[in-house]
Amino acid sequence: MSGLRVNGLRLEVTSTGHDIVDDIDLHVPAGTVLGLVGESGSGKTTVGLAVLGHTRHGVRIASGAITCGDTEILSLSAEALRAVRGGGVTYVPQDPASSLNPALRLRTQLAEVLEVHNFGGSSAARDARLIEMMREVLLPDDAQFLQRYPHQLSGGQQQRVALAMSFACRPAVIVLDEPTTGLDVSTQAHVLTTVRSLAKAHGVAALYITHDLAVVADLADAVAVMYAGRVVEQGATADIFARPAHPYTRHLVAAAPDIGGAREIVGLSGRAPAPGKRPDGCFFALRCELVTDACRVAMPALIDVAPGHGVRCIRSGELAAQPVVVGRHRGAGVRADPVMSVTALNAGYQGTMVVRDVGFELHRGQCLALVGESGSGKTTVSRSIGGLHHEWTGQVTLSGSPLARASRQRSLEQRMKVQYVFQNPYSSLNPRRTVGDSVMRPLLVAKTSRREAEQLVAEMLERVALTAAYANSYPNQLSGGERQRVAIARALVSRPDVLVCDEVTSALDVLVQAAIVELLGGLRRDLGLSMLFVTHNLPLVRSIADSVVVMNEGRIVEQGLCEDVIGNPQQEYTARLIADTPSIEQSR
Amino acid sequence: MRHTPILRFVAKRVLFGLLTLLVISVLIFGVTQALPSDPAAVMLGRDATPEAVAALRHDFGMDRSLPSQYTHWLGGVVSGDLGTSFSTRLPLSEYITPRVANSLFLLACAGLVSIPISLAIGAYAALKRDKGFDNASSLVLLVLAAMPEFVVGTLLVILLATFVFKVLPATTYLSPDQPPWADMKGLVLPVLTLVCAVTPYVARVMRASMVEVLESDYVEMARLKGMPERTVLLRHALPNSVGPVFQVIALNLAYLAGGVIIVERLFNFPGIGSALGEAVRSRDLPVVQFLALVIAAVYVLTNLLADVGTVLVTPRLRTRL
Amino acid sequence: MTVIDAGHAPSTPSGSASVLAVDRPPSVLRQALRMRRTQIGLVVAGVMVAIALFGPYLAPYGAREYVGSPNVRNAPKTRFGTDYFGQDVWSRFLHGGRSILILAVCATILGVGLGTLFGLAAAYARGRTDELLMRALDILLAFPQVLLSLVVIAMFSPSGFVVVLTVGFTTVPRVARIMRGAAIGVVERDFIGAAEAIGESRRRVLFSEILPNVSATLLVEANLRLTYAVGLIASLSFLGFTPELNSANWGLMIQENGSALTVQPWGVFLPTFAIAALTVGNGLISDGLSRVVAGIDRGKANV
Repeated sequence: MSGLRVNGLRLEVTSTGHDIVDDIDLHVPAGTVLGLVGESGSGKTTVGLAVLGHTRHGVRIASGAITCGDTEILSLSAEALRAVRGGGVTYVPQDPASSLNPALRLRTQLAEVLEVHNFGGSSAARDARLIEMMREVLLPDDAQFLQRYPHQLSGGQQQRVALAMSFACRPAVIVLDEPTTGLDVSTQAHVLTTVRSLAKAHGVAALYITHDLAVVADLADAVAVMYAGRVVEQGATADIFARPAHPYTRHLVAAAPDIGGAREIVGLSGRAPAPGKRPDGCFFALRCELVTDACRVAMPALIDVAPGHGVRCIRSGELAAQPVVVGRHRGAGVRADPVMSVTALNAGYQGTMVVRDVGFELHRGQCLALVGESGSGKTTVSRSIGGLHHEWTGQVTLSGSPLARASRQRSLEQRMKVQYVFQNPYSSLNPRRTVGDSVMRPLLVAKTSRREAEQLVAEMLERVALTAAYANSYPNQLSGGERQRVAIARALVSRPDVLVCDEVTSALDVLVQAAIVELLGGLRRDLGLSMLFVTHNLPLVRSIADSVVVMNEGRIVEQGLCEDVIGNPQQEYTARLIADTPSIEQSR
Repeated sequence: MRHTPILRFVAKRVLFGLLTLLVISVLIFGVTQALPSDPAAVMLGRDATPEAVAALRHDFGMDRSLPSQYTHWLGGVVSGDLGTSFSTRLPLSEYITPRVANSLFLLACAGLVSIPISLAIGAYAALKRDKGFDNASSLVLLVLAAMPEFVVGTLLVILLATFVFKVLPATTYLSPDQPPWADMKGLVLPVLTLVCAVTPYVARVMRASMVEVLESDYVEMARLKGMPERTVLLRHALPNSVGPVFQVIALNLAYLAGGVIIVERLFNFPGIGSALGEAVRSRDLPVVQFLALVIAAVYVLTNLLADVGTVLVTPRLRTRL
Repeated sequence: MTVIDAGHAPSTPSGSASVLAVDRPPSVLRQALRMRRTQIGLVVAGVMVAIALFGPYLAPYGAREYVGSPNVRNAPKTRFGTDYFGQDVWSRFLHGGRSILILAVCATILGVGLGTLFGLAAAYARGRTDELLMRALDILLAFPQVLLSLVVIAMFSPSGFVVVLTVGFTTVPRVARIMRGAAIGVVERDFIGAAEAIGESRRRVLFSEILPNVSATLLVEANLRLTYAVGLIASLSFLGFTPELNSANWGLMIQENGSALTVQPWGVFLPTFAIAALTVGNGLISDGLSRVVAGIDRGKANV
């Protein structure tokens, strides 16, 4: 038997005995890739580590069997397990920057894997393999490069080193834990190509853990979807995307933006129940609009709706017959009524220019997306406009009057009319203030009476689909999505003309992201807001924006209506960016 | 050729240290000059005539302008002419240098004993986190850290020199002209007291640093690569955990210079502690100034060594040079 | 109706109703009090504080009252005999804590208050101001607290006021370092930017955005500094720099009776154990608090 087989795997919190994941059955034949998809907290990383017989602190493997090739992992002695890890079964971490040892040179870290597993039987064979490994992952193999420390590499190079390490001893099974998170799409595309070709060429069974459906659609032969510690649906990739039969999978598909089409993405709020707080019956029942009384009785078994396509839902039969209908996002036509215009903006840090000669106009009611990879200068532009970054020259005007560089130099009216929503809702709300207090601050700064302010805060909380009761809670009592709603409420309470959204969904799971995008779309229509939507996520742009500005290395590459720029890019950079972005629709 | 950037960094750091010392010397000089009451008058006593005071002031150069006094003093220190003690009328090189040597010896002994001990305790406690050794050591270190040195010293005297066990002398018998190692047995309690005072801090930081490293992704990754536990600890964990500890060691050695004053008093050890107290009381400015400068120099030097050490063991910092 | 409304309706169990049911974690102080070591520390330190504050009322003799021949272990009408000067050891012990404790509290308030102000200001100012402020404070760190206090106290008379000022001021750079370190992490967070963007004043950002987020560190630091201030003031007394010569003082007692340790141990035993109990008790409380704070920090990192 070859490949990876997981049977009836259960992991528990050691102290309480609550299950983290249970009843996990997976099969990855040699030479294929299984995409393990789930939101944060679904238990996908826990399963991935268990394949190497490893658990994080406070977690234990309660029962089950894991077979890699011919080896039964869970019955191995500690010493035998050590011999398997890094040799026959390997792991590629999420964040190579923190997973490579900062104090050791690349050669040391790469060579020690070969040495400890005594690869090739001689040091000459190992030296040859080291060079070969570097070539396999398309890294330089010269001595000078191998003398480097991890911090002297780019993020993409670091991930290649981690890949080289994991393929070093010709493993039978490899677990990849979101290996492209935080990488630019072009780097991601290269990493994915490498993974695919190496797995195929050497008959490796690859378990690819990710939250990104498009990556899976692009890469995997089969998919398993996890929710709250259970596999709720699994099957061949084509089947899963063509006929998703679990309500949760269908929500995931409906919430995923795609470069291949301007999808009207649909979100879902609420959160998956945590270990120890899971109900009887189906764990998705709490959030499922198709729920029946029978769903709350017992956890449904994983039943095949088609050969090799298993679904853990009692209504899967009827669902499998209905395709997921995805609406189309239509950008609003742009009326020529500029609210804000940016001209010849140059910005930098301590004299080093990172933004050069940026100019664009934002019209009333328009959503303009500012897109770029990390380091493109897009956030510096938005922070300069928001008055948060002070080192810039050029002109930014709001309704015709120029804005000062720093927010404190701007008039009260100007400060209130341009509002900023930050990327990370865990960082943008003061944990020591109640939600109501945080939302009220802009009003109090604007000298609104407390009584009136309380009224406005309550209204605004309702508007962002929270309730007025949230005013008394603290941020640490809220989920990420709820926090971001609060941050949006705070930005909108002073009735701004322009809302600057800086990667506002990148810290959120895909369902929550879709819900926030829906909310912003609705608010834009209702309040006549103009939005500058900064993001690295090109597919998302199609689902929210009317126009787009593409930035690279501090300069504007291309700008125009979304359908023109993405549908028919004029610049090579934009075209490459679009080509490197994985897509659900185009991989079919 | 490859070492040039590091040498340049060290040179820059030494220069900065000297600059700091210069600023400190101005401060020391200014503050000691601001001491109320005239040292000359203190020296000559109540019956001194104004003429005698003036003559003495002239002898010591105190009638010159402050900047000229300062440059004269600094020039003297740099060229090795430390001046003359007001109260003993002895040249400082005779009167105070042996005491400085004694104290530095005491300090060095305490440092040499405490640093390896505290690193070992900290690292081991981190490995045995939340288990017996960790809990016990944390409690003992906590108790030692809370008490002032003279209380720790007194308790040690009660324990080891008088009431419980009578194995060590309660005081050091050392005349100022003897080298400090002439009475090794008498040195044990002072050194032990200082070790007790400084070990808790270094051990705690080492433990915290090691815990952080053991929880890091790269240590988990090393285990997932199949590295034997010994290699994980010695190659992957330890080198990353000592970097942050250097600064704390430096700070604590400098802090020990304060502890030395107290411990010397407690054990009658002929070092700078007793000299300093006496000099402050009798307004013996040259002695006070010189001792303050020595202590500041210890601080600057240990910090310099720590900075260089941190850079040497941290590739991220080293390669940036 | 959009999906958001459907999913978010209070009708679902994960809706708004449950949000408010989540308890806010109890305060640092309350969490620390659940730990055995904090409880022990509180009892030990509490007893010593009570002795220090109320001892003088319970003392059978005055602090400077001659009651018999010196250094007699079982002198008549005394509980623990007489000291080097023929004074009642027990009475001097009961008198000897109050001044140390009161001076230490005052010095701590001064040092921690100013230190926090400098630390937060440096962290928020960032850049050159931060660098300059911290370098200046670093220079003060070149001198051990004992040394600096010794010189300053000798310059003036060792009055209580001078002791509080010197111990307080020498505490400032140490506290400032810690508080700056704690505040640096807060300053980098986006809610500070959010406050600036709506034009909150610097003072407001400092005191109502940053300060509440470092209050736990502040609590730990204040208690720790109190422990050290007690130790330092006792040490200064031990070196002979006593604020009030007419009164008794634990540090001074150890020094006075040290040479007669083998003849009349009580004169050293009582004050030694008193200072040890007070500082160790306080240290246990600090440790409990800092464990809670460390736990909170770790939780934050996991978010």
